[in-house]
Amino acid sequence: MTAPTAPAAATREAYPVALSELVEQGIDVVALDADLSASTMGYQFGEKYPERWHSVGIAEANMVGIGAGYAATGKTAFIASFASFLPGRCFDQIRTSVAQPKGGLNVNCVASHGGVTVGEDGASAQAIEDLALMTSLIPFDVIVPADFESARQAIIAVGKTTRPSYVRTGRPKVAAIYDRSFRFEIGRANVLRPGSDVTLIACGILVGIALDAAAQLAADGISARVIDMATIKPIDRDAVLAAARETGAIVTAEEHQTHGGLGTQVARVLAETLPTPVAFVGVDRYGTSGKWDELLGYFELTPAACQLLRKT
Amino acid sequence: MPTTLAPVSVAELKDVAKRLRAHIVEMVYQAQSGHPGGSLSAVELGVSLFWNHLRCDPADPGWPDRDRFILSKGHATPFYYSLLAERGYFSTELLAKFRTLGSPLQGHPSMSAAPGIEMSSGSLGQGLSFAIGHALSGRLDRRDFRCWVMMGDGELNEGQVWEAAMAVPHFDLGDRIIAMVDRNGIQNDGFGDNIMKIHPPEMWRGFGWHVIECDGHDMAAVDQALSEAERPHEKPRVVVAYTVKGKGVSYMENNPSFHGKAPTKDQLAQALEEIAGGLK
Ligand SMILES: Cc1ncc(C[n+]2csc(CCOP(=O)(O)OP(=O)(O)O)c2C)c(N)n1
Repeated sequence: MTAPTAPAAATREAYPVALSELVEQGIDVVALDADLSASTMGYQFGEKYPERWHSVGIAEANMVGIGAGYAATGKTAFIASFASFLPGRCFDQIRTSVAQPKGGLNVNCVASHGGVTVGEDGASAQAIEDLALMTSLIPFDVIVPADFESARQAIIAVGKTTRPSYVRTGRPKVAAIYDRSFRFEIGRANVLRPGSDVTLIACGILVGIALDAAAQLAADGISARVIDMATIKPIDRDAVLAAARETGAIVTAEEHQTHGGLGTQVARVLAETLPTPVAFVGVDRYGTSGKWDELLGYFELTPAACQLLRKT
Repeated sequence: MPTTLAPVSVAELKDVAKRLRAHIVEMVYQAQSGHPGGSLSAVELGVSLFWNHLRCDPADPGWPDRDRFILSKGHATPFYYSLLAERGYFSTELLAKFRTLGSPLQGHPSMSAAPGIEMSSGSLGQGLSFAIGHALSGRLDRRDFRCWVMMGDGELNEGQVWEAAMAVPHFDLGDRIIAMVDRNGIQNDGFGDNIMKIHPPEMWRGFGWHVIECDGHDMAAVDQALSEAERPHEKPRVVVAYTVKGKGVSYMENNPSFHGKAPTKDQLAQALEEIAGGLK
């Protein structure tokens, strides 16, 4: 990994960039927003391609249905809102109108402001259930990118499949982890740091935190592997099993409840094939206001928390 | 591809309606489950639409320029499947498989499982939104098709219907979407007036629609209402058809308990006899 030189950027900033690239590559993209386009950044796509973008008002359920109808005619539909409302307000619509038609319709949900780092808006806006909901929908790919570059590539990747998908982006600007030489693939984990004593498997904003944790562990003579598991469904089983075999202990870390998200997916692979001690770092209570980085401390989404499990 | 339809006479349409009603009660009897009431109330709307208004080609159900019929009140599958079968999308023999293991004819429509099924519905309130997506796509691609969406009056309780209702005029889709409401006055738990009293014409008008009302069992009146709905108008059109739940089978008519209940063997025989005699 060469040290990236890109400035810090929010993963949500990748959304309009990726959509425009898809259109430039000839993908028949249409995109919808529900009165949060200034936050999802969808408006930037709308300014560039006004005939391909609509605001539907504060009506998430309707947005899902319109997206599904578009997809039924062969379009690659994107719909965007906050992760608290998409899927929170319209899960049934996603389930029946998008997931259940054979193989799923090509509706790609890009939900911004995922997790607790939405910040000052407090508990109602902090989505910590979205991954549990979306991983329960059979044809969906579910992806939580860690930085701008992986978000850009992930959104392009889901735009090139005909499956439905859920990509969660974040509000705060985060340090770049990847540069343009990175190649994102749906369902492929990325080992960011080798290690033999323990493996930290993270997604989203926790990837950077896991890297910090690994650096601190190294100072104590503990060799921690760090895996960016951006795709939590379908999960990269081989990467999980290799980590279990080669390091014997796993910590999962995510900006989500420990139920139903990344940790659950990892634990399932291990339970089926290679039972291994796992510690789960996540958020198991409702939130409070605060600055996004203060909230990471408040919820113990920290390098220290990622060090809970050490191979003895 | 048919771009204009040769009109079918009211007498012929009535014959089709009889066959549909017979299929409906037989399917529900055979499956010993399903929704006869709201299927029987929708028959005239469906027959007039599929024979005289919907530009479609049963031999080519994916034809991109086809008009779409979107059944938003998805539980009315006995109606929907027999309509598709009688119109030639698949064999009427398949109707015997309704609600059986592995059948394409599930209790609620499963998109593309059988030819002609445009949408997976069953969770009420979603069809008009789906139609908006089709219609916007048609406009983007300069295709000239129309979406007809059938809703129940109980279904109008769902908030999403009104999200979509306000979006149709906003997106100026009046020439691409026509809504139909099967106003039979009964929903799942009983009479709508006791569950959630609503005033469909005023509600649609309030959302910027032109309302066309008709007797939903007078075939000529229905045919006329659908023709009127097709004519250009500054506002999108909704046909509110006043119907009787269970129409054509005396013991089912206006009887909430036949929303989702199958007849017995004797009741089936009586129903088929009454249906053969035609609507009073
Ligand atoms: C979202 C949702 N809630 C509840 C139901 C259960 N349900 C099935 S049919 C029905 C009543 C529908 O009444 P109406 O729309 O008037 O249909 P009709 O009388 O024409 O059969 C209900 C509540 C459902 N299918 N979907």
